[in-house]
Amino acid sequence: MPEFLLEIGVEEIPARMIAGAQAELARRVEAVLKRERLLGEGAAAVASYSTPRRLAVLVHGVAEKQADAEEHMLGPATKVAFKDGQPTPAAVAFAKKAGVDVSALETLTNAKGEYVTATVKKPGRAAAELLAELLPAEIAGIYWAKSMYWRPGKPERFVRPVRWLVAMLDSEIVPLEFAGIRAGNQSYGHRILYGAAPVRISSPGDYVATLETAFVQADPETRRQKIRKDLDAETRTVPGARWREDEPLVDAVVHLTEWPSSVLGTFEAEHLALPEEVLVTVMRDHQKYFAVEDASGNLAPHFLAVLNTEVGAEGADTIRHGCARVLRARFNDARFFWDADQKISLLQRVEMLRAVTFQKQLGSYFEKTQTNLRIAGALARHVSANGLRVNESDVDRATLLAKADLTAELVKEFTELQGIVGGLYAVVQGEPAAVAQAIYDQYKPAGAEDAGPRSDEGAVIGLADRINTVVDMFAIGLAPTGSKDPFALRRAANGIVRILADHRLPLTLSKLTAIAVEQSQQSKAAERVDDVLQFLRERLTFYLRDVLEFSYDVVNAVLAAGADDVRDAVARGHALTQVRGTEDFVAISGAFKRIKNILAQATAKGDVPAAEIRQDLLTDGAELTLFAQARELSPQVEALRQQRDYAAALDHVATLRPAVDAYFDAVMVMAPDAAVRANRLGLLTQLLADFSRIADFSEMVTAS
Amino acid sequence: MPAQLKTPLTFQELLFALQTYWAAQGCVLQQPYDVEVGAGTMSPETFLRVLGPKPCKVAYAQPSRRPADGRYGENPNRLFKHTQFQVILKYAGALPDVQALYLKSLEAIGIDLRRHDIKFEEDNWESPTLGAWGIGWQVMLDGLEITQFTYFQQCGGLDLDPISSEITYGLERIAAFLQDVDSIYDIVWARDPETGGAVTYGDMRLQEELQFSVYNFEQADIAKLWAHLDAYESECQALLVGWSALAEGEDKSAARYPLLPAFDLCLKCSHLFNLLDARGAISVTERVGVIARIRNLAVGVAKAYAIQQEAVAAHA
Repeated sequence: MPEFLLEIGVEEIPARMIAGAQAELARRVEAVLKRERLLGEGAAAVASYSTPRRLAVLVHGVAEKQADAEEHMLGPATKVAFKDGQPTPAAVAFAKKAGVDVSALETLTNAKGEYVTATVKKPGRAAAELLAELLPAEIAGIYWAKSMYWRPGKPERFVRPVRWLVAMLDSEIVPLEFAGIRAGNQSYGHRILYGAAPVRISSPGDYVATLETAFVQADPETRRQKIRKDLDAETRTVPGARWREDEPLVDAVVHLTEWPSSVLGTFEAEHLALPEEVLVTVMRDHQKYFAVEDASGNLAPHFLAVLNTEVGAEGADTIRHGCARVLRARFNDARFFWDADQKISLLQRVEMLRAVTFQKQLGSYFEKTQTNLRIAGALARHVSANGLRVNESDVDRATLLAKADLTAELVKEFTELQGIVGGLYAVVQGEPAAVAQAIYDQYKPAGAEDAGPRSDEGAVIGLADRINTVVDMFAIGLAPTGSKDPFALRRAANGIVRILADHRLPLTLSKLTAIAVEQSQQSKAAERVDDVLQFLRERLTFYLRDVLEFSYDVVNAVLAAGADDVRDAVARGHALTQVRGTEDFVAISGAFKRIKNILAQATAKGDVPAAEIRQDLLTDGAELTLFAQARELSPQVEALRQQRDYAAALDHVATLRPAVDAYFDAVMVMAPDAAVRANRLGLLTQLLADFSRIADFSEMVTAS
Repeated sequence: MPAQLKTPLTFQELLFALQTYWAAQGCVLQQPYDVEVGAGTMSPETFLRVLGPKPCKVAYAQPSRRPADGRYGENPNRLFKHTQFQVILKYAGALPDVQALYLKSLEAIGIDLRRHDIKFEEDNWESPTLGAWGIGWQVMLDGLEITQFTYFQQCGGLDLDPISSEITYGLERIAAFLQDVDSIYDIVWARDPETGGAVTYGDMRLQEELQFSVYNFEQADIAKLWAHLDAYESECQALLVGWSALAEGEDKSAARYPLLPAFDLCLKCSHLFNLLDARGAISVTERVGVIARIRNLAVGVAKAYAIQQEAVAAHA
């Protein structure tokens, strides 16, 4: 079966967008082939490729043409089409339209009566023709975070100007057209190493090999392996050294190169006096260089640059020299800023925060700091009063100084180092170690993979800062909507949930919110408490479901029994996940669902469960057994729950199963006698209340 | 170790080479604009010529003043005034391979690309004060950003069609790279053909960097700067109001209406804003407001100019 190749030649695509676009193009091409019945059974395979200058899809096992198909066309009613067995003009017209002889018309009876039909042969269309027709819309449909116009009259947008197209079905060109370019069989090689001459692709299967002869490695995974191997080899020239693993950076250079190689360069050891965080940020974020460490894990005065070319020893020396030259200038700048920044202490800088806007309506970072101070203070007092001592003066000092580094030249130059620079300056300026650490950690965790703050004091200042942001932004009507979250409030709230999950702070979401609302300067803060809480609970749901990967019924069951104490919800989630699926538990969950239904139906009928259970009305043996067991078990489960030994508590709950099963086998809840009925409903209500405090088991999925 | 085998170009030879190259590609060479600007983009040769349908190819060096970037001549990499070499290419028909044209210009200044690493890395450009933005790259040569390459999408708040390509070379950086010096001030600006004696960038400009840093950061009179800003703004606005007041159909007088001077006044405001900013005289709340004032002027001029050019074309 034929092979199909599509290559879109583009001016350099932003590295961050390439992987997504490569996958999307492959999906789109495959979907078209499937929809048009052009994919061979089983044998079909879709491969995709990309470099900064091209996206490509290669499909094996494409059908040359669609299979012929038959279609039934519905015509006029038989009584209209035929009069006395003779075709009427209506029948003749229909047969003509369908392209068949009148004698070939058939009939069909449906709900409306009998109709004339025609069987129309639809010859399959050629793959080349269909692809030429359908693929331009697919190319145009690729999602780009940012795209542009380039042709006069602005007929289309794309990420960058499209330069060439290759589209081939085996050796035949598929004549598709996009952005004023007609597809051919000519691709292009590496700009410098191969030059401007076109590269003829003789057949789709030769695509990757042909491009290799033109110094283009089209497969990003092959480039990734090559880059890793080169980095290893270059690093081996320094005894005991290792390059510092950095997957996002590897990703970036994979998508910045068509023909990668690497050089190891050296910088003056005196620069190592700068903090490692600063050195690594300069190398990684600004130069896309890899850092190198010695055998003990300390930064070594070397770097690795990944090149998009291949040069001889002399060229490598030139490039190494040039790369080192740029790095040296950057390090000198950083050193200059570091020294200059020390002339003004963090404490003096707090006043300068008046000139740094946090948000137009909410004012400056100075004002935010004042609010943060009040919230952090209240939080520290609250947790200290409830069993977890935090150093209140450290919290206060760290909160006061936390934002001061926003005025530092070093942070203005390397914004990704905010917080970290503040922490480093705090150390230099003789602040207590705990204060410095809390400042350093204030934006942690930056994402799901990142570690959180190391101390409880750090946790408190991180919480105060984030909850203040969320509450105040909600107060001025800037809650996130849909995919729009310009102030990254979801990230802030995710941070709140993570910190509460990781630290033993006696603090609920509602208490945290209440404290922030109390201290807010925004007039509408109090009105939005419920919105904020709902938002925080959504983030808690997200955390349980997407970060901890609890199944959705566990998450629902746990949160239905309480969604205010994050750490507790996490513990209950773990316990429930463990027993979920055990036979006793499935039965208990089924029974609780049944209880809930019975109670709901009873309420709908106007039955009111008895508030007090009368033992004298418990007539059935099974009923008595359940009552007795529940009464005995309830305080035990409650005690375990209080101790947060949820696993043991749930094991206890599971022991109720035989009694519950026997009860439903023997007892009819909706007894004719009203008093007995109310009493039975009362027992079930009690059971539900006593045993649903860890999780609402009725939320559990029980069907196998 | 020298970056190149043969003698690297002096600063002025670098300029000659770029001018010669781009002239050969059909660019009209213009002189630097003689009103203070922060970037080559602000010269009317770019800001106004990218508007409307008329094709244009122009290249010029543009000394660009950024008062806040001054370092009293003490920082080897930072300048109050640096030199951009700006190329604007606006084609009536299909966009040719401008990247290839650009890469050839690097060969023309003595960079053998087979011995270097060159990458086009995403870098989009935006100027809120000019109501302008574009899509493009920073061009990295052995880890050094040597050029900003932009496909203009909007300018003066107007959508552009056709799209112009803008190539902006940082001449000091490139010269320091070619000559392999660590300080901008050590760049050889010119060499005496008789004696071979070098005149350096420092000889030519160090005093200027020092004195302008002192003025910009310490001595510029804030009250007067504000007064100048207000004065230039009101004169620019008056011209824009006058333009709006022109009756419809007055195409003939439209062609002679002084919009180019109005743009100069707008540039004056922009530079005064930069001075006030360097002086630390603009509070956060004021800042947004002043940017908006200048943007209003720039957008006003751009809109009027686009209409004026249509009128001019109609009578040509």
